[in-house]
Amino acid sequence: MRSNLVELCDLKVAFDGTTVLHGIDLDVAPGEALGLVGESGCGKSVTWLAALGLLPGKATVTGSVKVEGREMLGQPRAALEGIRGGKIAMIFQDPSSSLNPVLRVGRQIVEALSIHRGLGGAAARTEALRLLDMVGIPDARGRFDLFPHEFSGGQCQRLMIAMALAGQPDLLIADEPTTALDATIQAQILDLLADIRAETGMATVFISHDLGAVSQVCDRVCVMYSGRIVEAGGIDELFAHPRHPYTRGLFDAIPQIDGPRSRLIPIPGTVPNPKAMPTGCAFSPRCSRAMDACGSGVPELTADTNGRLLACRNPVPVPQQGRKPARVLEAAL
Amino acid sequence: MSAPLIEASDLVRIYHSRKRLFSKATDTRAVDGVSLKVMPGETLGIVGESGSGKSTLGRMLLGIDPAQAGEVRFDGKPMPRLGTAEWRALRARMQLVYQDPLAALDKRLPIASQIGEPLEIHKLAGSAERETCVAELMAAVGLRPDQAERFPHELSGGQRQRAVIARALASRPQLLVCDEPVAALDVSIQAQVVNMLRDLQEESGIAMIFISHDLKVVRNIADRVAVMYLGHIVEEATSNVLFRAPRHPYTKALVSSVPVSGQRLKDRTILQGEPPNPADRPSGCPFHPRCPLAAAVCRAETPPLRWVGPNRSAACHMVSPEPTSVAA
Repeated sequence: MRSNLVELCDLKVAFDGTTVLHGIDLDVAPGEALGLVGESGCGKSVTWLAALGLLPGKATVTGSVKVEGREMLGQPRAALEGIRGGKIAMIFQDPSSSLNPVLRVGRQIVEALSIHRGLGGAAARTEALRLLDMVGIPDARGRFDLFPHEFSGGQCQRLMIAMALAGQPDLLIADEPTTALDATIQAQILDLLADIRAETGMATVFISHDLGAVSQVCDRVCVMYSGRIVEAGGIDELFAHPRHPYTRGLFDAIPQIDGPRSRLIPIPGTVPNPKAMPTGCAFSPRCSRAMDACGSGVPELTADTNGRLLACRNPVPVPQQGRKPARVLEAAL
Repeated sequence: MSAPLIEASDLVRIYHSRKRLFSKATDTRAVDGVSLKVMPGETLGIVGESGSGKSTLGRMLLGIDPAQAGEVRFDGKPMPRLGTAEWRALRARMQLVYQDPLAALDKRLPIASQIGEPLEIHKLAGSAERETCVAELMAAVGLRPDQAERFPHELSGGQRQRAVIARALASRPQLLVCDEPVAALDVSIQAQVVNMLRDLQEESGIAMIFISHDLKVVRNIADRVAVMYLGHIVEEATSNVLFRAPRHPYTKALVSSVPVSGQRLKDRTILQGEPPNPADRPSGCPFHPRCPLAAAVCRAETPPLRWVGPNRSAACHMVSPEPTSVAA
């Protein structure tokens, strides 16, 4: 087995003394597609911003981030910049604010090519056009010299992906890449990300609050809650039988596109404030399966026999063998 | 059969915009000949992508955006002009909830006084009764009494949206237009707010127009759904029927693009291209450049919204009416 591309070990982040990330252990294997899901404020973006050294100065980051075995935390800026964009690229939710509005898009991609691959002149232009074709910008040659505002939101996201691919990264971190897009465009971008991964063999970390979108492009998924990973496992098992009450609750809260229009099952209450975390399991005040023991001490993330990681003292029982997975769309259409 | 609460016929709304200061203005037909009806107590969902004109339509139904052509009738009477005393009085009977509760609330007032404001404006309750009214409204939307004196920034996103809804309900409206009310909320909180809206509707019999891009939420809350594309309604049906068996190719693609948890990318209709610029609309059917079924007639003629089955209509040359024998 090949060694892991990225290894996060006990990664902790605090803003002004308030801990928001309570020790994340996470590995990304080469070529893997990992999903990171959770609601706003659970720390899914902060994890990767911290790992790449992109957090503002007031954040205190401790633990270890290893990229191909080399420690990243505390490295000087020059060392980090060789990794960022070159080894690991990141794209964000709002593509139009990530692009420079006063530079032509072609030049922005050429810039990335010259920084990461030392290409210049005609070679850079040819490569930039190839990337634009690859991400599906129609008439790339004719639109090379347009400004970002002349592209739609979906196309701006394609431009961002092209720019991220410019450094031929081994890992692409996509932070809510489809959240700001319309449904039909979202489907196109998810398709594109899956195609690119198949073509380049690049690993992908897909950060999203949308369980549906994650399940379409990922092999493995980690569910986060209040700065901790609460459940992790292969996508098929985890989606068929979520065991952490929070994961289960997330699934139940999603309205269905088929079947009876039943009442939704929300999770009561709200995500705790990081400044006033409940004692014990952070989810226990909202949990329907909470016991007295849940109020003291944080449950540890432990692996069960199938390799599923779970941090819960009273998990949802595994259903009996032979039962159908809970949420498979029947081919009734 | 009772009369519709609100009825719109052939609504048109055109925005003029110019690229440069002295260049010729271009017309954007944001809403282009839309007709619809909402019965008392019914929920109509309006879905569509950004730029399809769904929010403009919502505002037109309340008379906030005047129609260039066509007419809105509320409770059988034509909508009074924006800003007139009659229109103001009518606004007590129809309310609007927006996507962003923080922008809709006054940052410097505690939420209880904001919830009570409509009562004061429409002179619906004396100062003595107002407090009880506000307490009842807060309880109805699931806010705790101790939150009354909180300011908007002290509440979570879901609680703020509850406060906005409580305020909208204060004047006991017959119609509530909700424009993306849960789009900014997390899934678990979204489910709380959707359930609350359903409960409120069951209790008070209020009619709702629920505008959203999220098909799953619309399906759950709406009785009937209209799908909009570039200012036109392209398909309309009861929500169970529409999502189970969409007829219009755009609706088909839209339903198929909804990510279902636990399902891989496969067998999905992925549309090519993007929605066209509303200011530069294609000739004929607005959907034809992206449509897998497009034929010559689609480029030449705009298909009218016509009856294609029991309680359903679609605007497509390629969709033929269901034979009546199938209508079971």
